[in-house]
Amino acid sequence: MDYEKILSRTAQEIKPSGIRKFFDLIGSMNDVIALTVGQPDFVTPWHIRVSAIESLERGNTYYTSNSGTPELRAEISAYMKRRFDLSYDPASEIIVTVGGSEAIDLTFRALLAPGDEVIVPQPAFVCYGPLASLTGATPVYIDTREEDDFRLTPEALRAAITPRTKLLVLPYPNNPTGAIMTREDLEAIAEVLEGTNILVLSDEIYGELTYGRQHCSCAAVPGLAERTILASGFSKAFAMTGWRLGYVAAPAPIFPQMLKIHQYAIMCAPTTAQFAAVEAMTAGDADVEEMRSEYNRRRRYLTAGLRSIGIGCFEAQGAFYVFPNISRFGMTSETFCERLLNEYNVAIVPGSAFGACGEGFARISYAYSVEHISRALDKIEKFTSTLG
Amino acid sequence: MNELLKLLENDARLTPEALALMLDKEVGDIRTMIDDYEREGVIVGYHTMIDWDKTDREYVTAMIEIKITPQRGRGYDHIAQKIYNYPEVETLYLMSGGFDLAVFIKGRTMREVAYFVAQKLATLEDVVSTATHFVLRKYKDNNVVYGAAPADERGNEF
Repeated sequence: MDYEKILSRTAQEIKPSGIRKFFDLIGSMNDVIALTVGQPDFVTPWHIRVSAIESLERGNTYYTSNSGTPELRAEISAYMKRRFDLSYDPASEIIVTVGGSEAIDLTFRALLAPGDEVIVPQPAFVCYGPLASLTGATPVYIDTREEDDFRLTPEALRAAITPRTKLLVLPYPNNPTGAIMTREDLEAIAEVLEGTNILVLSDEIYGELTYGRQHCSCAAVPGLAERTILASGFSKAFAMTGWRLGYVAAPAPIFPQMLKIHQYAIMCAPTTAQFAAVEAMTAGDADVEEMRSEYNRRRRYLTAGLRSIGIGCFEAQGAFYVFPNISRFGMTSETFCERLLNEYNVAIVPGSAFGACGEGFARISYAYSVEHISRALDKIEKFTSTLG
Repeated sequence: MNELLKLLENDARLTPEALALMLDKEVGDIRTMIDDYEREGVIVGYHTMIDWDKTDREYVTAMIEIKITPQRGRGYDHIAQKIYNYPEVETLYLMSGGFDLAVFIKGRTMREVAYFVAQKLATLEDVVSTATHFVLRKYKDNNVVYGAAPADERGNEF
């Protein structure tokens, strides 16, 4: 059978993640000090796990309402109001999804047609382009720069807009750079979009992990609020990555289309996770604060540590990654990371995995203990001191 | 400053420089705080935690419940001091409930421990009775899980 003719053309054209072979290499080695993961090192707080266990003991094992239990949607709405001053109606504007991932996918599928353009600032998480192209839309990548603290500038956005632009993806706080967009930055973006029909998908999965200032949601900015679909979830804030639970908040006219797709494709998000999530939203704020403080300590330690060994590092203010500049060592990101791995057993992710403009950078995760980070820094120093 | 104390409690090796970074303070201030805490007896020690089961040291650990009749005018402190002065005694607590003092002792053998209790503790003036329990296995102590270190289950994904 000729599988090339059998398999979907669009699917075949999606390039597999370029970082796969690097991760396979890590997997084949022993005693690697890895700083690669994109998920918290914390276990889901015990009281949240207990809620899930108790829901199973009670026998809550059926489908829930398609868009999620009314109780959870009400809590999500209250949480967004309390934390980010957003107002979304639980009944007509919030869907509980299978992770932030499904929220992103639903948005693309509800909005995009073949020929539409989706603007994606890079460096960014790798899913946006491939998922958008599955609908037949065309991803249009914009480079963000270290000089701009990796924020999307209004000029860069303006230059990328064409008559075919349907959607702008704003992934802030950002993986891999740790960049954030302030209210002023977002207002400038709102100005560029004024008068257009361009919508914004704001991926705010790291919204709880900002350091030194409260996260400003796109949906809180006049001019953006009415055109924003907000995707977020429980994974990073509550250390619930494996539970696969997120939510999307969309303006009322868009919501029914997204719900329709969600109903057909998913039915409902995992029931047990939904019960746990209610506990997270009602009683999890203190846990989030504790984790955030710990991440912040590590962020300071790692950033200062890199700078003290002569590696320039932009001051990340969100998520749990730093994005140091390794261009002065005169080799590609991939080569730098491969040599660091093979010669010193330390694994970090080449910036080029997140977009062409990530070349010359590397992503280091601090979802690890200070001790682990400290050992890695020692070895990185040994490596870079041989490079002159 | 409780955050500083919690960090040091978890890892006594953290240098003032590292602490300063983590807490966003000046190194000098951190050093002063630590000195003050040591002087005031808030920080009472910096011990290393060893899993002796992984060495060839022969030992047993016992927990002894002691009931005492405190002497008039002296209260519990006097008898407690007599007991904790023994180097064999690692830990001593005054407890509420069914007995008065909880004592943790390490000895080379069960026999040695039993001998210590019989000869040195039970004979003390104020001691009414003792009950000796031997520790079979230490799972967790001072916030550290003993035994196999939990592996990092997170695979390599984005």
